[in-house]
Amino acid sequence: MMGQFMYLKDVTTLSLNQERCVGCGMCLQVCPHAVFSLTNGTAEIVNRDACMECGACSRNCPVEALIVQSGVGCAAAVINSLIGRKKESCCYIEPSGGKGNPPECSAGPGRSSCC
Amino acid sequence: MNYRVESGLYALGRPDHRSPVLVTANYKMSFDRLREALPGRNLWILVLDTKGINVWCAAGKGTFGTAELVHRIESNGLVRIVSHRELILPQLAGPGVAAHEVKKLSGFKVIYGPIRSTDLPRFLDSRLKTTPEMRLKTFPILERIALIPIELVGAFKGGLAVISIFFVLSYLGNVGEGSASALNHGLFSALSILMAIVAGGILAPVLLPWLPGRAFSIKGLTTGFIAFSFIMAFRLNGLTTGAGRLEMVAWFLLILPISAFLAMNFTGASTYTSLSGVKKEMRWAVPFQISAGMLGFLLWLGAQFIL
Repeated sequence: MMGQFMYLKDVTTLSLNQERCVGCGMCLQVCPHAVFSLTNGTAEIVNRDACMECGACSRNCPVEALIVQSGVGCAAAVINSLIGRKKESCCYIEPSGGKGNPPECSAGPGRSSCC
Repeated sequence: MNYRVESGLYALGRPDHRSPVLVTANYKMSFDRLREALPGRNLWILVLDTKGINVWCAAGKGTFGTAELVHRIESNGLVRIVSHRELILPQLAGPGVAAHEVKKLSGFKVIYGPIRSTDLPRFLDSRLKTTPEMRLKTFPILERIALIPIELVGAFKGGLAVISIFFVLSYLGNVGEGSASALNHGLFSALSILMAIVAGGILAPVLLPWLPGRAFSIKGLTTGFIAFSFIMAFRLNGLTTGAGRLEMVAWFLLILPISAFLAMNFTGASTYTSLSGVKKEMRWAVPFQISAGMLGFLLWLGAQFIL
């Protein structure tokens, strides 16, 4: 897509099980980077490297056809969690056990973006 | 400063039981932007308690989530206020809210609206249809610039200490040549660190789409090199001595990794980097930044005190 930012290639943990897909199109609606398209009633990953692992698609997939290890791509949060700095710092990543809430990223008020 | 608004149901204009219900976070800016985008409209705004955090971050944390939404629907008696069963949510609430679960738990159908509140009038007037552009999170230059100060505050906290150390050390290292020369060296060191911060903290975010490479650290190396060239231009006459040449090599090894590190930290402010990608980048970038910086510092000390 023209003018769209792209981060590293071949890193995303996103996977789609097309057998399960019912073609509801929710993933197309929530994805902020146009990763999916709908062809013949089945979702398809057409822009894999644009995925930022926000987790919106898997959360809104009613048949669990989408799996992604969601998290916030924030270097400061990775550093803070590595050195064990938590509460006192702006952001950190809480280890998440499989599915469930995405790794925690705490952002102070006044921030227009996460961490 | 209080960035929170009270959670609950708000009326915009004179809404009735058929009016649409829009859902937002209780971060003041989220709420105000939403109101400002809808002049002269009659509708309901349901404000969730997201602890004063904006929609996207709160959705990532799960505070703008299914449970909170279902709870607010019930506690505000929404079923008695509107006759329809539809809610319009910002698209970026997606990471926190599972539309199908909301439907199951509350009977309300979640409709994901556009990302930007400014697209809402068009969305509402086109019978809740979005265009592909409305669904795409961009990262335009003004948005990047707006995020620079908050990132710089962190950089300057550490940067000020580093600048002071470099200033004092280079003053002490050159005090033999007289205090004027020592002061000159001290200021030059301070300026060099400052330029490294400007390169990684300001230049890299502003020039983001035009800098080569996908990894933010690589983008930061380019802006670091620009800053180094600028510094170099100040010291061309110093290259005649061995100490002068060694100092420039040292600054090359210091400015580039500092800039790369700060640019890498901008991943957190950006709207398109994945955690897997950031981890992959950091695996090689951080060791490189630390070793180059350490080597640079040792050579710099050598240039100040030994040669």
